[in-house]
Amino acid sequence: MLEIQNLTKTFGTLTVLDGVSLAVEQGDVVAILGPSGSGKTTMLRCLNFLETADSGVLTFDGEAFDMRTISRRDIARLRKKTAFVFQNYNLFRNKTALENVTEGLIIGRHMPKVQAIDIAKKALTKVGLADRMDHYPVQLSGGQQQRVGIARAIATNPEIIYFDEPTSALDPELIGEVLAVMRQLAEEGMTMLVVTHELNFAKNVSSKVLFMEDGSILEEASSHDFFAAPREGRVREFLRSISTDHIY
Amino acid sequence: MGVVTDSFFKILIPGITMTIPLTAISFALAMVIAVTVALVQYARVPVLTPLARFYIWIIRGTPLLVQLFVVFYGLPNLGIRLEPFPAAVMVFSINEGAYCAETVRSALESVPVGQLEAGFCAGLSYLQTVRRIILPQALRTAFPPLSNSLIAMMKDTSLAANITVTEMFMATQRLAARNFEYLTLYLEVAFIYLMFSTVLTRLQSWGEKRLKAGLGE
Repeated sequence: MLEIQNLTKTFGTLTVLDGVSLAVEQGDVVAILGPSGSGKTTMLRCLNFLETADSGVLTFDGEAFDMRTISRRDIARLRKKTAFVFQNYNLFRNKTALENVTEGLIIGRHMPKVQAIDIAKKALTKVGLADRMDHYPVQLSGGQQQRVGIARAIATNPEIIYFDEPTSALDPELIGEVLAVMRQLAEEGMTMLVVTHELNFAKNVSSKVLFMEDGSILEEASSHDFFAAPREGRVREFLRSISTDHIY
Repeated sequence: MGVVTDSFFKILIPGITMTIPLTAISFALAMVIAVTVALVQYARVPVLTPLARFYIWIIRGTPLLVQLFVVFYGLPNLGIRLEPFPAAVMVFSINEGAYCAETVRSALESVPVGQLEAGFCAGLSYLQTVRRIILPQALRTAFPPLSNSLIAMMKDTSLAANITVTEMFMATQRLAARNFEYLTLYLEVAFIYLMFSTVLTRLQSWGEKRLKAGLGE
């Protein structure tokens, strides 16, 4: 469904992505792991053209695009088939929870208002925020804001949702509520590409794991194989370091 | 006391019929200029952006009083003759527009870039995102400094006396020339300006509260 070939990206003299290729099938839940600065977030941002890649080919539903020269019109078209959940939520601060969800439907997709509100209410109910629809972002906790972010993503019925470290900005006690929603989406067959540091999510929810380091994919495996028998020594080291982080 | 009671309405009435309309019309036009010029720069529109910078450079770099004189006494040399009131409106709106454009531009740039990205990812175009997400947030940020500019401009309309607009200050000067009660009359007109700006300050507090409520704060 989504395929990336040879994606490269540099910031000045720093090579952030050094020829990344990957393929995502419909229904895949792909967790992208790796140390800070390995290029995970930049890769995700390139997929939705929030960053312009230096080179690379993106194939979406069989249609191939040069990631450097793609037209604005094609970018807009692709973005309407995808959704993005941000680390810092990025809810529209001047809109209520409900309006955050309807905005992309009514304005972005010219859906009749009544229908959009109906879809938005269902999406917010699904993420457990039926009683918070008229709240503004500042009136919501981080976990609630991120669940609005997820509602905003699913309401547009995207073919794939990109998650950029969706729980990294959250207090520990709020992470669970967001992961639970993501787990539910995964079980319903939503295609997801998730940059995360949550090993449990990668292990128990994702179907596939990519391990990135220094702008390349070092290991790609099914979630089971990745945790049961990582091939790369570097991956074993990373998994060990992350799991001992919590022991003081 | 007789001086004050005799003159109070003679000063207040030109305040209501001239100072207030001059302020209101000029500031409304200044807002249109400010938002347009700020958006041009925010969106980095080619050609228009350097023009916007040039406009701001010229207007902010020259005195308001000189601008009034150039338009009212200078332009007739080119055959362009304006009535005092329209000339004053033109100068005040162009002058205030330049200052307020900078206020609005900095407010636009203070909106986190994530808001723009979230708009794109939700399927909104650049223009849709700016109009519905960025600009409303920026105008909230810009509201207090813009109110400040409005109050300053209301007081600056007294300069229009120099181009024969019979506003409040000119009315006072004329009265003073007749009865020589300079101190009383100029303190009186100062007091009326103070009343006007007090009303504007109250309106500002009220507006700020309304805007905060609009973000759920």
